[in-house]
Amino acid sequence: MSTTATVENFPNSSAEPQENYLNARYGVRSWLLTLDHKRIGLLYLGTITLMFVVGGIAATMMRLNLLEPQGTLVEPETYNKLFSTHGIVMVFFFLVPSIPATLGNFLIPLMIGARDVAFPRLNLLSWYIFVTGCLLMLYVVFTGGIDTGWTFYPPYSSSYAHTDVFLAAMAIFIAGFSSILTGMNFVVTIHKMRAPGMTWFRLPLFIWSMYATALIFVLGTPVIAVTLLLLGVEKLLHVGIFDPALGGDPVLFQHMFWFYSHPAVYIMILPSMGVISELITAFSRKRIFGYSFVAFSSLAIAVISFLVWGHHMFVSGQSVYAGLIFSVLSFLVAIPSAVKVFNWTATLYKGSISYEAPMLYALGFIGLFTIGGLTGLFLASLSTDVHLNGTYFVVAHFHYVMVGGAVMAYMGGLHYWWPKITGRLYPDLWARFAALIIFVGFNLTFFPQFVLGYLGMPRRYAMYPAEFQSLNVLSSAGASVLAVGYVIPLIYLIWSMKYGPVVGPNPFGTKGLEWTTQSPPPTENFLRTPIVTEEAYNYETAPEPEVVRV
Amino acid sequence: MMGLTQLAVHSIAAAWLDLPLQPPAASSIASSVDDVYYLLSGITIFFSVLIFSIIFYFMIKYRRRPGKTYEPETHTSLFLELSWTIIPSLICVVIFVWSSALYVRNSRPPANAREVFVIGKQWMWHIQHPEGPREINALHVPVGENIKLTMTSQDVIHGFYVPAFRVKKDVLPGHYTSIWFKANQVGTYHLFCSQYCGTNHSEMIGWIYVMSTTDYAAWLAEGEASESLAQQGAQLFTRLGCDSCHGAAASSAGPSLAGIYGKPQKMADGSTRVVDDSFLRQAVLTPSTVHVAGYPQIMPTFTGQVDEQQVLQLIAYVKSLGAQERTNGQ
Repeated sequence: MSTTATVENFPNSSAEPQENYLNARYGVRSWLLTLDHKRIGLLYLGTITLMFVVGGIAATMMRLNLLEPQGTLVEPETYNKLFSTHGIVMVFFFLVPSIPATLGNFLIPLMIGARDVAFPRLNLLSWYIFVTGCLLMLYVVFTGGIDTGWTFYPPYSSSYAHTDVFLAAMAIFIAGFSSILTGMNFVVTIHKMRAPGMTWFRLPLFIWSMYATALIFVLGTPVIAVTLLLLGVEKLLHVGIFDPALGGDPVLFQHMFWFYSHPAVYIMILPSMGVISELITAFSRKRIFGYSFVAFSSLAIAVISFLVWGHHMFVSGQSVYAGLIFSVLSFLVAIPSAVKVFNWTATLYKGSISYEAPMLYALGFIGLFTIGGLTGLFLASLSTDVHLNGTYFVVAHFHYVMVGGAVMAYMGGLHYWWPKITGRLYPDLWARFAALIIFVGFNLTFFPQFVLGYLGMPRRYAMYPAEFQSLNVLSSAGASVLAVGYVIPLIYLIWSMKYGPVVGPNPFGTKGLEWTTQSPPPTENFLRTPIVTEEAYNYETAPEPEVVRV
Repeated sequence: MMGLTQLAVHSIAAAWLDLPLQPPAASSIASSVDDVYYLLSGITIFFSVLIFSIIFYFMIKYRRRPGKTYEPETHTSLFLELSWTIIPSLICVVIFVWSSALYVRNSRPPANAREVFVIGKQWMWHIQHPEGPREINALHVPVGENIKLTMTSQDVIHGFYVPAFRVKKDVLPGHYTSIWFKANQVGTYHLFCSQYCGTNHSEMIGWIYVMSTTDYAAWLAEGEASESLAQQGAQLFTRLGCDSCHGAAASSAGPSLAGIYGKPQKMADGSTRVVDDSFLRQAVLTPSTVHVAGYPQIMPTFTGQVDEQQVLQLIAYVKSLGAQERTNGQ
């Protein structure tokens, strides 16, 4: 029942790395003109890591400033630019592309047994488009900044803000095309490029979640593009679209913005759910519990996510009836997420569980995502949302989902596939230590914010009443721990690229076509096209883990 | 369970951490909103503890041991899948129905509410009482009375938020929104702007002063020297020449405004609209969009000639005409 391609695909696994996608060609040109999905994945990895650092510095400065009620560091004007930069950079230039553009690009062809994505040139183009958006955004950030928040609500953004709203909107507009192209590429790749025998229900769950994400990319991103374009038109030409002084409707913008931006939340979390399904099965050496329920819950989330945008607008003056409908749909979208959590938990049952760093991230994800998901119910529920909307409760909730969820999974995935990507292992002890630091730092940062929100502290406040100080100090202290937690992996992962011990094709002894080829894979991924004869996660036929010590 | 959670959390916070955990609950709806909040907190704690305990148990029981043989696996169980789909759904239905019923009940201002007008502008709250007094970043209200706020913005979107009352609503330019509350505890409470509105957003804050009925009457009397909002509106009505078409005497150019407020009005396109604050605001600023049946569409726009404050004065005046009419009729 094992894959027949296994032996032929790594002829001399214990020797020094043979020719692979990293050493096949050298030089800047070989990277900038590459059509290899693996190299493009790494180009994205470098780009979004840089953007993460920019967004992270902004966050650190915000938390520093909030140590004292009157602000310790910057004027309110600068504070507003910091949280806007943090939000825009982290959402549009880190989280949205994070897992899909790096791990997705690297792994989709490997996991389905393909040589590359369906449109390699389009793939490279989408990276160039993304970089153009990044550069434009960085230009805005470093030449005057942007102070509208990541939500760009008019008429503030269109008629009152003095910062360069137009260029910032265009940066996101441009980066959006990279999402659309990547989404199209993935959909076609998953439909048309699967290896012989790789049927839909033999696909790893990561592929299912990437497929659902790609659908949202293709269907949702054009809406934010149109919305920002209209905002730009109003700003430049003074055509009344959103500003009531010009005859427009500001609430229309909010509808259009959230029609994309709520599904965008699932662009960020669905890929993480895919990663977690892989990690949980890999480190408990067991089939996923309820494969089809986990797979279809991804699609259910993708569909329902388009119907819940109004829960961001319960206090915007929208009608009571609209509120009721959006509320019930928002409760509904919680169910498939709950189903996933229960299935992951059940997967551990009778497993053979080990606790390498990726598994620690995965377990951390389940804990934080559970809290993030359950606190979402407070905001789907109408009468409590009226009180909590626009407060730190919302900030805490979405950080539990996007950082506690999406970033934990991204880190877990990066650690799991790192030996496949680089052919080398990082020091596992440091990695476990960092995972723990991140988990503790994260909770210390964001849990107090739930309480702050319930007490009534509004978000986006440069200054705040003195009675909120103790909780803010606690949160800032946590943020410093969290920052350390993110710096440690940056150091040892870079270290491991040169000094990490060389590993064979399958260091963790896990299932999946990507582990049947050498590490790092050859440019063409597989020396011979694999033929799939079994379902995903059939751990009865899995090889033993390699013993590698750092 | 709610009470217990609340009690436990509070005693821990009070005894060990000295942290504030609950905002004052000073309105008629606050404690019922808190009930939903504590139910949700209970559910969150219950499911988190449940899932974490199961995971920890499995983590220890099924940790990897050398030489372990694989046990027969369960790959799926329809019974389990259905239970953990249906049970959370039922819990969600209960919360939805309870919370929504409360929301619907709270969304309708009671008919007898005392009305106060709010204008938000970068970066202050301008409060206008119908009796005449104006306030900046402060709102004095009597305890135990229903207060309805009719709100608009002069520039960008703001948010009127009183945590102690558990009420919040965006304040939009070019549009009226409203909220109501009944304060049930004398005291001073935070007023926050909850919708980001630019540089000094975090300084667009103020205080709600909830006063005893007698104190409030005294406070109001102090400010009585100024004219009431309706009186100011009456003067403006004359100064802008509105009375030439909308005066007491019947005119072919425009409808008389006496008694018109709160009544349905036939429009030229055949529809019927009730004359409310939004209707009158539209009629003053963009008269071409409110064409009343039977009259020529000749009214000029007053956009640029009157500000939001003056529109509110005119509305108060028209409203006062309605009140007189009803009194006369009885």
